[in-house]
Amino acid sequence: MTQLPTSTDKKLGLVIDLDTCVGCHACVVSCKGWNTENYGAPLSDQNAYSGAASGTFLNRVHSYEVQPPEGQAQLIHFPKSCLHCDDAPCVTVCPTGASYKRQEDGIVLVNESSCIGCGLCAWACPYGARELDAAEGVMKKCTLCVDRIYNENLPEEDRQPACVRTCPAGARHFGDFADPDSNVSILTAERGGMDLMPELGTSPVNKYLPPRPKDTSTDIDILAPYLTPVAEDGQGFIGWLDKALSAFPGGSK
Amino acid sequence: MPKDQPDLDLSPQVSDEVRKTTCYMCACRCGINVHMKDGKVAYIEGNKDHPVNQGVLCAKGSAGIMQHNAPSRLRAPLKRVGPRGSGEFEEISWDEALDIAAGWLEPIRNDDPKKLAFFTGRDQSQSFTSLWAQGFGTPNYAAHGGFCSVNMAAAGIYTMGGAFWEFGQPDWDNTKMFMLFGVAEDHDSNPIKMGIGKIKARGAKVIGVNPIRTGYNAVADDWVGITPGTDGLFILALVHCLMKAGRVDLDYLARYTNASVLVNEDPKSEQFGLFLRDDDGNSLVIDRRTGKLAPWNGKGVEPDLTGTYRHKGITHRPVFHQMADRYLKPEYAPEAVADRCGIPAARIRAIAADLARVAFDEAIELDRKWTDFRGVKHDKMIGRPVSMHAMRGISAHSNGFQTCRALHVLQIILGTVEVPGGMRFKPPYPKPPHAHPKPHGLAIPGGPLGGPHLGFTHGPEDLLIEEDNTPQRIDKAFSWDNPMSSHGLMHMVISNAYAGSPYKIDTLFMYMANMSWNSSMNTTGVMEMLTEHDEDGNYTIPHIIYSDAYSSEMVAYADLIFPDTTYLERHDCISLLDRPICEADAVADAIRWPVVEPDRDVRGFQTVLCQLGAKLKLPGFVNEDGSAKYEDYADYITNHMRRPGVGPLAGWRLGENATLQHGRGEPNEGQLQSYINNGGFWLEHVPEEAAYYKPWSMEYQEWAVKMGFYDSVQPYIFQLYVEPMRKFQLAAEGYGKRQPPDHLREQINRTMNPLPIWYEPIEETMVDHDEYPIHALTQRPMAMYHSWGTQNAWLRQIHGRNPLYVPTKLWEQHGFTEGDWARVSSVHGTITVPVAHQASLNQNTVWTWNAIGKRKGAWALAEDASETNEGFLLNHLIHELLPPKGDGLRWANSDPITGQAAWFDLRVKMEKVAAPDRSQPAHPPIKSPVGKGPENLEWKVGK
Repeated sequence: MTQLPTSTDKKLGLVIDLDTCVGCHACVVSCKGWNTENYGAPLSDQNAYSGAASGTFLNRVHSYEVQPPEGQAQLIHFPKSCLHCDDAPCVTVCPTGASYKRQEDGIVLVNESSCIGCGLCAWACPYGARELDAAEGVMKKCTLCVDRIYNENLPEEDRQPACVRTCPAGARHFGDFADPDSNVSILTAERGGMDLMPELGTSPVNKYLPPRPKDTSTDIDILAPYLTPVAEDGQGFIGWLDKALSAFPGGSK
Repeated sequence: MPKDQPDLDLSPQVSDEVRKTTCYMCACRCGINVHMKDGKVAYIEGNKDHPVNQGVLCAKGSAGIMQHNAPSRLRAPLKRVGPRGSGEFEEISWDEALDIAAGWLEPIRNDDPKKLAFFTGRDQSQSFTSLWAQGFGTPNYAAHGGFCSVNMAAAGIYTMGGAFWEFGQPDWDNTKMFMLFGVAEDHDSNPIKMGIGKIKARGAKVIGVNPIRTGYNAVADDWVGITPGTDGLFILALVHCLMKAGRVDLDYLARYTNASVLVNEDPKSEQFGLFLRDDDGNSLVIDRRTGKLAPWNGKGVEPDLTGTYRHKGITHRPVFHQMADRYLKPEYAPEAVADRCGIPAARIRAIAADLARVAFDEAIELDRKWTDFRGVKHDKMIGRPVSMHAMRGISAHSNGFQTCRALHVLQIILGTVEVPGGMRFKPPYPKPPHAHPKPHGLAIPGGPLGGPHLGFTHGPEDLLIEEDNTPQRIDKAFSWDNPMSSHGLMHMVISNAYAGSPYKIDTLFMYMANMSWNSSMNTTGVMEMLTEHDEDGNYTIPHIIYSDAYSSEMVAYADLIFPDTTYLERHDCISLLDRPICEADAVADAIRWPVVEPDRDVRGFQTVLCQLGAKLKLPGFVNEDGSAKYEDYADYITNHMRRPGVGPLAGWRLGENATLQHGRGEPNEGQLQSYINNGGFWLEHVPEEAAYYKPWSMEYQEWAVKMGFYDSVQPYIFQLYVEPMRKFQLAAEGYGKRQPPDHLREQINRTMNPLPIWYEPIEETMVDHDEYPIHALTQRPMAMYHSWGTQNAWLRQIHGRNPLYVPTKLWEQHGFTEGDWARVSSVHGTITVPVAHQASLNQNTVWTWNAIGKRKGAWALAEDASETNEGFLLNHLIHELLPPKGDGLRWANSDPITGQAAWFDLRVKMEKVAAPDRSQPAHPPIKSPVGKGPENLEWKVGK
């Protein structure tokens, strides 16, 4: 069993805006690209050009339909990766100490050289956020791009997770939740950021911003004055036009 | 660091070098940083300095590395050795390949150049490929616009000098309401996502009008699940509501549109429906200052919207009168269209009211002075912060041109085009139709074509037809069948060539167009046409040359293959002469350059055209001494001059005393290196005082001339009423020298109304709605680009199969459960496919992702690939011709105005069936010229 730190200096994580995510999978593939080339073993692919291909991804986008009791069905795109929980069950379950939560920033990582690929952590994670790489036999998970966010070989503006840097809609935000004035803390406060399945007691660091209410503007009563008729037909319209135009330049002729 | 934590290298070397070029994973043309390790591509990310994507990158772009390393890449020129369609080839040398091509093409050129049909598909070098085709002398050239979105592009140009995407975009920073119609998710993909993100961050509103609620429509605050093909009717109902309430921008309409232009209203006159013009040909308005006639562009003229003019017994009324007469009619009232559109009348009114509220009550004022073309000085820029975007969804119907026109008319009456918060053009647009070329089509043996193939017709005199009305072009573009077909009709080429209508051809030469698969309607039929023999035992289409970088389905149907490079191995220019990458605030162009050299015997297609052009001694491709003018495409990009001072790239040209300058200038040998040094693109900002009102702003017009977009200032007014359409109608009514064939008179007269109308999509009028009650559509996923994604090991894990999505009503009606299959039939064909339930869908519409389904043997995929077993094409249900009318004539399944392929007019029926072993129809495998890809991948460049 592996110990979690009692507290971390920073709480780095993501805010994911479900009101804005269009489900384009940009974050999924950017993550695949960076983490194939960087931290640990490459993210391998099986049946790469045959059957139904299946490979390792650290971030996936799921889509769920919501049918409100009244009104139109909605489609919610839900990107999911490790939430870097404060009470991460994947860490405490690890028999070798390979899974750990960093004391300095709270990032949950797998030390691949200690990982025996037993898969216990993936079973323990209630979010399904870990994937055992079929080629390498080690557990892979979101690193929050730990090799980008402090990387002095990158320009400062690029020191953020690959998924955040690439997100076209700007639906992903990276920052320190321990700092109440950080971008992610402010967004979470302003937009009612939520924990994923808080009842499980994992205390996830990542937060999701809920979709705003949809399909609300069907109430013509409030808007009706904007369409008060000035005319009923072409002739009436020209009559109105004559009057309306008299207020224009040259209209006093 | 706690002692039990491992020591991590937090600053690993990211790459040896970053090479900045332009993406080609779709048509969006984002800037990319290609990270190199050991001379190989290691990682691709967006370029933060680039005007298109500003650092972000979509799933396709990030997966570019897998495209570059795809096992389906062709390796060397190929000569067919088995029967067409078998996939049996032998690899040959480039010398032999070019000899074979020249051996076919030279006699054609000397004898009858139109026997070459040269069509490029998803070509981003059309200003170059068209120049080659002009030099060859064939009238038969176009790219893929005819089966994509010509309705949108042409309606935009004819109405206001530009449409969306490459032509224009919302003023993302100022707009307060964004309305999106039927958009396909891969056009202008990153900018739209970025824009939606910006709007949402401000809490502004997004309205999505689309039968399918996915992607952008899923995040829309309001979703309007419209019935396919009725967008035009819905839009005209909005126009009705707004006009009836007087919620229109009268000042804007009077000054900047032809609402004020006088129209001849005498049904007996030969000029009926045409504009009153002065001796110089200027259309006339009534000047409110004097009450007298004045040219539209007269100095200080204040055009009137109400006054009528009677002359020689003929009444002339302003266009706006005709609009009032038409759109205030009860047939456009929300109640009259609600059922047909599938949108409650109250909802239509609410949207109209909301548009009015935002446009007029939330108007923006910028304190910026500008001067209009009549010399009037304005202190402020007034903005109507409603913006719109549309693409293929409303375009790919047989009523799409009129629908796209209607959308622009809606924008214009709200005064939201080229104003703060509205829609803005991207330089070098706006550019009205009369500033574009007219089409040229007269083939002369041994000589070049008289001018560009594609352009804009302004009346019957511009049609490309013979005396007897025979079309000059193989695709019948610019004929009476579709008089304003500005992008050609690539989808009709094979069918017409096979039928010998209007004539037989000898060689079909194509680039990047998967015509034997997802790029054709009636896919099985097209395969048969490509393999059919004539009575002498020769192929009906005798020679086929094809260029592609990959082992696509089309490769198997060609006789000679020119293997292209990947986009990371080539030179390209994304030119202002072509389809620009500019933003509303900046003019920009860009290059691709070989960030890696090819590791095989392939050549960039444009370089091959330079070489083939020289071999054939085509004008523009040889020097006076007959030697090759351009060594390769890079040479062309650097040294070609289209007009004095204007070449393919506008950045870093040479001025006097060899100083560097932008816009106009002489060729500069160091130009490509300057682009590379600058991150692969060039950009210059539009001056602030020229940022809006571009068609009318003298500040903008003068800057545009300085930059070389055009040679003299050319302000114009928006054409709510498109007079050229009326000229075609007049011909159909019997006026004029050039007369349409009798069987087309009714169609031309009915459809080519100069003010937008809605008519039922043509195939729908011919199909029994009780038997075929369901609409069927396709969409392109944001993470996949046509067929060019399926070979991609990463992207095919996101979209490796495509079910038919079925709405709740039909799902329950058919008793489907997850995992079921359905037989889906149209009047033309039948497919058997997996189904899936989707509630957020128009209740009479089914749909699937486009071009996921693959032919066995193509793209280096194994024969058990999910794309071939569970993927499918809807194309099998769609014919390029309409069902027979019993008149013995061939009627194209196209928009009768532009020839746009009417993909989305499809109606089907559906029944539940036992799951077959794979989706149907099942075509036999083709032999792969490149073998199969590896089973597993563990990709890592740096160790």
